[in-house]
Amino acid sequence: MAVDEGLKIELGKQGVLVTTIEELYNWGRKNSVWPMQFGLACCAIEMIATTMARYDLARFGAEVFRPSPRQADLMIISGTVTKKMAPQVVRLYNQMAEPRYVIAMGACAISGGPFKEGYNVLKGIDRYIPVDVHIPGCPPRPEALIQAFMLLQKKIDGQHLTGPDRPRFLDAEAQGEFPVPVQGEHDLEPASNPGVWTVPVVIR
Amino acid sequence: MASNPYFSLAVLFVAALGFGLTPLALAWLWAKVFSPAKPNAVKNAIYECGLVSKGDAWMQFRSAYYLYAIIFLIFDVEAVFLLPFAVAFTGLGAAACGAMLVFVLLLIEGLAWAWAKGVLTWA
Ligand code: SF4
Repeated sequence: MAVDEGLKIELGKQGVLVTTIEELYNWGRKNSVWPMQFGLACCAIEMIATTMARYDLARFGAEVFRPSPRQADLMIISGTVTKKMAPQVVRLYNQMAEPRYVIAMGACAISGGPFKEGYNVLKGIDRYIPVDVHIPGCPPRPEALIQAFMLLQKKIDGQHLTGPDRPRFLDAEAQGEFPVPVQGEHDLEPASNPGVWTVPVVIR
Repeated sequence: MASNPYFSLAVLFVAALGFGLTPLALAWLWAKVFSPAKPNAVKNAIYECGLVSKGDAWMQFRSAYYLYAIIFLIFDVEAVFLLPFAVAFTGLGAAACGAMLVFVLLLIEGLAWAWAKGVLTWA
């Protein structure tokens, strides 16, 4: 299957293109990632700026922000996820077609950020859904989002079509549904999805 | 067979079918071989804004709404004619003014009639 890298470059110099289905597939996918049109707080403003003329996310093939989860590949969690909003975020993630990716943008989406101590803010969206790239910052600059995007492209490029390390969406056995939390009496229930996030043990 | 005048049409037809069906077949094959479908209740839910949809999409509207649609026409048609009337007002003769007044009064009469019949009160 795998073509020797050196041989490939040599052949390329002679004008012969050698590729694999996997490579073509990933190349196509990584250059046309459609994000979901979905902003949660102040970070969303930076996300909007990223798509505009100055930063121009279109250079990476990701300018088509879809208003429906059915047509989106990438969810950019851009802002504070309140506990009221978390079930909606998880539900939208579930409704996206596979393969789907998540970028957690900003301190809030990663950990609750400045509102971590607040009673109503989720302390990181990765408690419920798998996050592919985290970008720190409050808010992260558009360049940071672009870097996250390039990291995501690199990740997509490295995914294998077959084999034991193939990604979740190619694995029939792997989990496809991420349970949507419900509003409990004091908190969201469950407080996290154990399949995605393990509750850290505090050692005192 | 090749001498049949419809032969080229048949060839084109098959080519057109292939053009449409091959990508579909490839996509189907790709899904079969590589990416398994994993539908679930949340994913297949109808509404797409993140909230759970409430009630049924097959709801009924009262047929009595048609009266409102008709009465709306009064104002609609009136507005269409009132605008040019207002613009050309200073240059109009008495006959034109009279004709316009008759028209407006006719419409108003329709409204007054509907009002008198109690159509404007929601039962
Ligand atoms: S990380 Fe900062 S800028 Fe981003 S949503 Fe939170 S408070 Fe706003």
